[in-house]
Amino acid sequence: MWRGCHSITQNERWRDMDRYDAIVIGGGHNGLVNGAYLARGGLKTLILERRRLVGGAAITEELRPGFWFTTFSYALSLLRPQIIHELELTKQGFLPLLMPNRFAPMDDGDYLLFTRDHDENLREIARHSRHDADAYEQYSHDLDMVCQAIKPLLDTVPPDIFSDDPEELVALAALGSHLRKLDRRTLHNAVRLLTGSAADFLDDYFESDILKGYLASTSIIGSNVGPRSQGSGLVLLFHSLGEHDGEFGTWAFHKGGNGGFTQVLARAAQAFGAEIRLEAPVVRVLTRDGEATGVALEDGTEIGADVVVSGLDPRRTFLELVDPRELPDDLVEEIRRLKFRGVSSKVNFALDGLPRYPGLGDRGDIFRGFTNIGPSIDYLEHAFDEAKYGWYSQSPYIDAAIQSTIDPDMAPPSKHVLSCFVQYTPYELRESDWDAERQRMADQVQATLERYFPRFADLILQREVQTPLDIERTVGLSEGNIFAGEFLVPQMFFFRPAPGWSQYRTPIAGYYQCGSGTHPGGCVMGAPGRLAAGQILKDRSRATGD
Amino acid sequence: MMHTTPFHDRTSALNETGLWNHWAGHLSANRYQISDKFEYFAVRNAAGIFDTSPLFKYRIAGADAERFLSGILARDVRACPPQQAQYTTWLDERGFVLEDGVVQHRARDDYLLTAAEPNYAYLADRVGRLRVSIEDVSLHIGALAIQGPRSRDLLARLVPAVTEVPFFGITTGTIGSRPVTVSRTGYTGDLGYEIWVETPDALTVWDALWDAVEGYGVLPYGLAALRMLRIEAGLLLLAVDFDSSRFAFNDAHRSTPIELGWSWMFKGLADDDRSFIGRCALLREMSEKTSRWRMAGLVVDWEDYDRVYRAAGLIPPKEHTPVHEDWMVYDDERQRVGFATSFMYSPILQRHIALARVRPDLAKVGTRVHLEFTVDHHYQQVAAHVARLPLYNPERKMA
Repeated sequence: MWRGCHSITQNERWRDMDRYDAIVIGGGHNGLVNGAYLARGGLKTLILERRRLVGGAAITEELRPGFWFTTFSYALSLLRPQIIHELELTKQGFLPLLMPNRFAPMDDGDYLLFTRDHDENLREIARHSRHDADAYEQYSHDLDMVCQAIKPLLDTVPPDIFSDDPEELVALAALGSHLRKLDRRTLHNAVRLLTGSAADFLDDYFESDILKGYLASTSIIGSNVGPRSQGSGLVLLFHSLGEHDGEFGTWAFHKGGNGGFTQVLARAAQAFGAEIRLEAPVVRVLTRDGEATGVALEDGTEIGADVVVSGLDPRRTFLELVDPRELPDDLVEEIRRLKFRGVSSKVNFALDGLPRYPGLGDRGDIFRGFTNIGPSIDYLEHAFDEAKYGWYSQSPYIDAAIQSTIDPDMAPPSKHVLSCFVQYTPYELRESDWDAERQRMADQVQATLERYFPRFADLILQREVQTPLDIERTVGLSEGNIFAGEFLVPQMFFFRPAPGWSQYRTPIAGYYQCGSGTHPGGCVMGAPGRLAAGQILKDRSRATGD
Repeated sequence: MMHTTPFHDRTSALNETGLWNHWAGHLSANRYQISDKFEYFAVRNAAGIFDTSPLFKYRIAGADAERFLSGILARDVRACPPQQAQYTTWLDERGFVLEDGVVQHRARDDYLLTAAEPNYAYLADRVGRLRVSIEDVSLHIGALAIQGPRSRDLLARLVPAVTEVPFFGITTGTIGSRPVTVSRTGYTGDLGYEIWVETPDALTVWDALWDAVEGYGVLPYGLAALRMLRIEAGLLLLAVDFDSSRFAFNDAHRSTPIELGWSWMFKGLADDDRSFIGRCALLREMSEKTSRWRMAGLVVDWEDYDRVYRAAGLIPPKEHTPVHEDWMVYDDERQRVGFATSFMYSPILQRHIALARVRPDLAKVGTRVHLEFTVDHHYQQVAAHVARLPLYNPERKMA
């Protein structure tokens, strides 16, 4: 009724004012990035967030006075550098803090400790294997070469391989030409990683269990694979594609956590003129004659817009926000069989002080970065074994970070917050559920930490648990999959989220997708939000003949 | 054997690297732990402590102290009342910069001047018949800088008066029951203070300060982090960004204060009758507009920078360690129009930045220039634009 209406009654005029060029559903990091770019492109943009704060899975919450928890997502690496510059994020307080050390304790009390000194790191590896110290140089270089080759794809809309449109054919040719320019070793390594297992790849370089366990850990993050599964190589590669200030594969902790980062994004979006409305859950995308016309909120409010963008995952974008009957059967089927299968949990602690690792005395600096509980490929694979059969790991993989050692504003003086990313904790439990198992799983995590850090329990002031079920309930990510759709070859690039729909459009005109379920995928990367905005602005300028 | 600072017993215990730099004849930590960048972030995000004792310090006292300094220093020291400090410079008679430093007006007729190079003879030789004494107190006074967003609250636990001290103000107090002078000064462009203490009290003061900041994320930082911080802050470094006219072999190595961007020091110069060394030359330069250069901040165009490296198949380096070399600056017509003297990747600005001198007509904020360096052994030019100094200037610095 508000669409195309030119009546001049007071009522209609109000409705006209409440109309937007674009509405973004979901104020997660991609929704914010997308909304910011649309507003920057001159669109009157509204970002609608269901919860009381923006950020989606990238939030920081004061769950105990003075203690700030990165409830879900907890570090920054893959954020595309263009976004920092194009959205002028430093003006809004963008501040990725360096995490100088990486620590991997071992079962026998030994450890692997990486610092910022390259030569020291090689010496540290040599303590475990002289061979691996040399091999590490080759591995790092080979991986950097592959990353350098793959990275441009993160900033590119995948060409539509099913289209005869000359523009798409040109894009496809450009992709082919890019691949042709790669040297044989790099292209082969890329294929080995994209299709093979991380364990196979690492075995070709290394012999040391601790080094392989440490490196293989990034091959399982967020994914229902073990390091020996085909496909773990892709996850390893994906997590190597990030950077901190130009250093590939390194991670940073944003000031105030990833919630601090999404607050920066929100301010940037607002600075470009976007409006953000909190506690405004969208229940439906309104359509007429195959075109999006606006959204309906849970409270019945309808808001009109020419463009509606979903920042939610593909399942919600295609099966919940719109009626599947409005979509081609093929697409509905492909989205229905899209794999989510979340396996990750968070167990976060408020601590009275720093844990102590007996092998290193009272050194607290070892915690200035990730602490990796995953001392061997066997350890990780055993942890995965339980998940295969519907149970959570009794000795889980833990990616721990005491973030208050990096940003002291996260906790009161001399107190700390510890973020633990935990695997495997499958969404579907055999003959039980997460409401029953939540605390028992956290007990396992705590017991695991206690094994490496004696008297850890004495330090605990508070414990907070987020299982895949909680992630789904709170954040809205289906089955608690942190990437909004698993990183599997058939779910990437041309095929993310579905064959033929990897260019951020949908079969409904004016309805777009910008979440992590689209290319290039999850992690706090922002690329889907940015690339989707590019498509939307391009489509609009074509439509208006500019 | 190198001198050590009065805090050396403590700084050496903290210096995990075991490596030291030489600074003004003293051992000075380049970094305390492996990552200088981590120390840098401590200053920008919490607070850092820097042993700045090697500075040369001169106590200038007596009934004619103000008169004396008015004739030596180019900036009007009479505008600096007691309990205030002033960033200043001194020139030769041709109007070229000899040095820069901070003068503290500690009490009536009592000043402390800090400098990067020895200046005792220069000052003492110019006393003439004035009633003023010059004392080299460099080794008698230790100095600690505490810099960063948490510095005020932490220092206020020991010296409550600091909460009221304005930018470049001075106060006194006690730390560990030893008397200290605290100035709201520093070399980081952040909120920060410097603590001045008699040498015998140094370790007591250090211990009390260290106890007070325990658990607050405060780190000691070394010269490496300092060099990063000062570039973002637009603070010039002698023998890097400019040279002292005293030891220059030719005028290409000399700079006037106007060329170094200090014209703000001379507002109202025409109306004051103060006679100081270099005044005539300075007035002439200003009226005849003979300045050869202007100091400018440069911010490198990130797309152009990436383009140059990617075209060569390289990962664009983002190296935070400053490069202190002459890099040429060109205009759109590729004519040489200046030179950069300090270049780095700024983690907080997420950009490559430089301190440069450009032709005065190109110093307007926003002017596009091109910075030249080498990639794969070939000269490359990347676009940059002139930006206002300091390039990083948080509100808290002066709030």
